[in-house]
Amino acid sequence: MSAKYGYYPGCSLERNAIAYHQSAVAVAPVLDIEFVELDDWNCCGATEYIAIDVLPAYALVARNLAIASRQKLSGGNQNQVVAPCSACFLNLSKVDKYMSDAPRLAANVNTALAAGGLSYKPGSVRVRHLLDIVVNDVGYDAIAAKVQKPLYGLRIAPYYGCLIVRPGFQGAFDDPEYPMSLDRLMGTLGTTVVDFPVKAHCCGGHMTQISEQVALELIRQLLQNAAEYEADAIVTLCPMCQLNLDGYQEAVNRHYGTKYHIPILYFTQLMGLAFGLPAATLGFGKEFVDAAAALNKIGVQPPPKPKKERAGKEALPMPEMAAGGLSHES
Amino acid sequence: MSPERIGVYVCHCGSNIAATVDVEEVALWASEELGDRGVVVARDYQFMCSSLGQELIEADIKEQGLTRVVVAACSPHLHERTFRTACKRAGLNPFLCELVSIREQVSWVHTDRAAATEKAMAVVSGGVERVTLHQPLEPLHVPIHPATLIVGGGIAGIQAALEIADSGYPVYLVEREPSIGGHMAQFDKTFPTLDCSACILTPKMVDVGGHPNVTLLTWSEVERVDGYVGSFTVTVRKKARYVDESVCTGCGICTEKCPVRVLDNTYEAGLGYRKAVYRPFAQAVPKYPVIDRENCTYFQRGKCKACQLFCPTHPKAIDFEQKDEILQFQVGNIILATGYDLFDCRRIPQYGYARLANVFTSLEFERLCNAAGPTGGKIVLRDGVTEPATVGIIHCVGSRDHNYNPYCSNICCMQSLKFGHLVKERTGAEVFNFYIDIRTAFKDYDEFYQRVLEDGVHFVRGRVAEVTDAARLPGEEGKLIIQVEDTLLGKQRRIPVDMVVLSAALQPRQDSTEVAYTFGIACSANGWFIEKHPKLDPVATMTEGIFIAGACQGPKDIPASVAQGAAAAARVLGRIHQKELALEPVRASIIAERCSGCRICNNLCPFNAISYDTARMITEINPALCQGCGTCVAACPSGAITGTQFSNEQVLAQLYGLLLLNVSSGPVQQPQPALVPA
Ligand SMILES: Cc1cc2nc3c(=O)[nH]c(=O)nc-3n(C[C@H](O)[C@H](O)[C@H](O)COP(=O)(O)OP(=O)(O)OC[C@H]3O[C@@H](n4cnc5c(N)ncnc54)[C@H](O)[C@@H]3O)c2cc1C
Repeated sequence: MSAKYGYYPGCSLERNAIAYHQSAVAVAPVLDIEFVELDDWNCCGATEYIAIDVLPAYALVARNLAIASRQKLSGGNQNQVVAPCSACFLNLSKVDKYMSDAPRLAANVNTALAAGGLSYKPGSVRVRHLLDIVVNDVGYDAIAAKVQKPLYGLRIAPYYGCLIVRPGFQGAFDDPEYPMSLDRLMGTLGTTVVDFPVKAHCCGGHMTQISEQVALELIRQLLQNAAEYEADAIVTLCPMCQLNLDGYQEAVNRHYGTKYHIPILYFTQLMGLAFGLPAATLGFGKEFVDAAAALNKIGVQPPPKPKKERAGKEALPMPEMAAGGLSHES
Repeated sequence: MSPERIGVYVCHCGSNIAATVDVEEVALWASEELGDRGVVVARDYQFMCSSLGQELIEADIKEQGLTRVVVAACSPHLHERTFRTACKRAGLNPFLCELVSIREQVSWVHTDRAAATEKAMAVVSGGVERVTLHQPLEPLHVPIHPATLIVGGGIAGIQAALEIADSGYPVYLVEREPSIGGHMAQFDKTFPTLDCSACILTPKMVDVGGHPNVTLLTWSEVERVDGYVGSFTVTVRKKARYVDESVCTGCGICTEKCPVRVLDNTYEAGLGYRKAVYRPFAQAVPKYPVIDRENCTYFQRGKCKACQLFCPTHPKAIDFEQKDEILQFQVGNIILATGYDLFDCRRIPQYGYARLANVFTSLEFERLCNAAGPTGGKIVLRDGVTEPATVGIIHCVGSRDHNYNPYCSNICCMQSLKFGHLVKERTGAEVFNFYIDIRTAFKDYDEFYQRVLEDGVHFVRGRVAEVTDAARLPGEEGKLIIQVEDTLLGKQRRIPVDMVVLSAALQPRQDSTEVAYTFGIACSANGWFIEKHPKLDPVATMTEGIFIAGACQGPKDIPASVAQGAAAAARVLGRIHQKELALEPVRASIIAERCSGCRICNNLCPFNAISYDTARMITEINPALCQGCGTCVAACPSGAITGTQFSNEQVLAQLYGLLLLNVSSGPVQQPQPALVPA
């Protein structure tokens, strides 16, 4: 029996991030998971609304939690809801946590919800990010077993952005400073994963609207680092990150006189390719920075192991990574 | 009418009690109201614990023929002994004296004088009821075996061994590695005086190795401890060395000829290699090498024996047939000095250890500095040749951080200052220290800090956010960039360096909880061994006869470790000189007829005093090991365990006395002695 999760796509997945939505929906059956879209869900308020008026902002988000808590899903008495978008994930978890911690807030929010015939008991819904479910509920071994066309030769910079592992309202599922789950997932698909030290840095978020200078610099740092590691693509798990790195790449190039051409893809798109699903069902072609050239690099043979730079005779031994940790490009 | 003649003594404790409790009133009430319950005299006095106060009690015992004494004063933790001893001097069995607390439990925690006075009366009344049921007890006398076991041959264990052995008593020193020396043997220089570590350590190692009173058991581990203070039976596994110590001359030819190179994660901290047959370092004590079976070609593939072939002794010292030996011996006391482990820096991935080549741990850096280390004492990058032009030293890695260890590791500030000085002295590189606070609190430590400041070492106050190789600004390419909020400037800074040293936390040994269990002592939540009292009894433990010294009790530097080693030795020597030890008779015992053999209590005892007699199918308690904590008494579902001085009858009588005042208007039922859970 497949595991059933409430599915909260959020607005981005209907528009700019439709590729994320399509590919997530396409890989779900392969992973034996079922998404039950929440009935009549509404916007999570993104980052702006909370800055304007707190109570309506919380009530807006809580309405989705209330709907989710009513639905019949697997997972015992705590309904699980998947949010593929990092901002939605953060907002949903935050409201649940704040309502648990502050009974007065919970009461006020519930008064507002009552107008629509709804109520929400904090803690009754567990909010999960899509990546969390993929790597922890499905697991790397099960994923490896589904890989039909390993993505050999593709060099990937895994990019987490800032929201999914911080602040970990319901318990972070990965290291908040140097997460590794997406690295391992990409390795499982056969790609060559590069060390990407800026992997949890900010993409600029909505700074593009407020202070473009700041946003462009943040985006440049990410692109520059991926380029230094000769990544063919950056893989993301957040529509905001994808939009900024993809949509503003041209602006960065114009502003700094650079020539970056790094497609920004969703991890679900690459999972779909590796599972042998037709590219047409995975939302390819919607990116601004064309991914075709990068995808053409996928080979049928695993790339030869990079020659370890021959360490000099005097060289000191390098400490080994902890068990389970992934050493990059090896 | 009680057959006992009870004296009640109410202490003022200066104003500590008298300010909140009307002590005169309590004494008066006791003499007037508790007469029918056996109280024949009740007095108040300013300081009952003073000599005059004690003499008051002694005189009453003699003149009035008291058979029981109740002292209402401070907590029994402080003065129980004082008053028991006073009773004993006057010829009364000391266990017929009960100390009830009207300070910690009354005056210090209440403000309403009338209510506090009434509560003090209730507490006194409880004590009177209880003491009536006390039995005279005699302490248990156990002989003390003159030998001592010391576990761990670091500087703390070495110091303790020498103190005891020099006093003429036998010591067994058990060390799990092939040589004694501990962490100190890895260092080049030691703060604050910068003495050469080997120069001050090796004479002590040699003394231990050759001492007629020391039985040195290296490459060995304690497997079992039976018995109790005064006569422990210790079982030690002496792992096969595959080298016959009676023949080996320590010439080192076997090591030279061994074809297998093994990464040395212990002594060289992963920065250097050793052979499969090896001695960890030149000055190792004992000098005999060991064969590391896992990496030996002969043991793994059945061929090689180069070491044996070239061994110049007759007969050959290399003996592939050697087996582990199990040794058993008796000791009277045990000192644990098992030291610490270094925090695993991989747990903070944003600092890049094991990912970025030129990030080093503090122990790796010690090996870099050490003239006998992998680089011959040259401070160089991971390539083994390039000298760094800038070095960043990050403090508190894994310490003072709620994600890892909340505590301060105590030595890292000084160790980082030492590193800064050594870098300056040997390379002239720029050095940046990234610190939260500089803690240089001991003798000559702050002077050393001043000296390092004068060396021109830079200090940036702030916890480092990350160490990255992602260059962003000009001048950062090819460097490690330390991103930090300089909290004195109030600014984010990016400082490019060539080398980063992580001053990692000291942590309990990864097997500290198992070791604690073997010896029947307790660990804190962090895993450090717990001392009996943090201020007044820092090297004893709650288990009689087991002492702790050095960094196994908490992070500490060499001077403190040596002081504790010597202190533990002094405690043990005191014991040995007494020849016999009087144990408190407060302990649990089993009522055999009631024990169902359910074994619920078996694993609860923190002192390993409980064992199961399979033949009689009942549980037994070893009176010499039992410390009278009462855990088993409370846990026993059939009420088959009683604690002397804490029997159900005594506790219920005390409750009865406590409640008597409040219920005195109604009829009071005497407690049912058999009121135990079914
Ligand atoms: C990088 C660094 C630099 C330092 N520099 C200085 C300095 O300059 N000056 C200074 O004063 N302090 C310094 N220190 C602190 C110093 O290392 C400690 O104070 C000291 O080593 C503590 O000694 P110890 O005997 O308690 O423990 P350890 O040195 O850890 O020795 C414990 C011994 O017990 C053995 N052992 C452990 N478990 C068992 C077991 N179950 N059975 C048998 N044997 C066992 C171990 O093998 C080891 O030999 C430094 C620490 C670090 C990390």
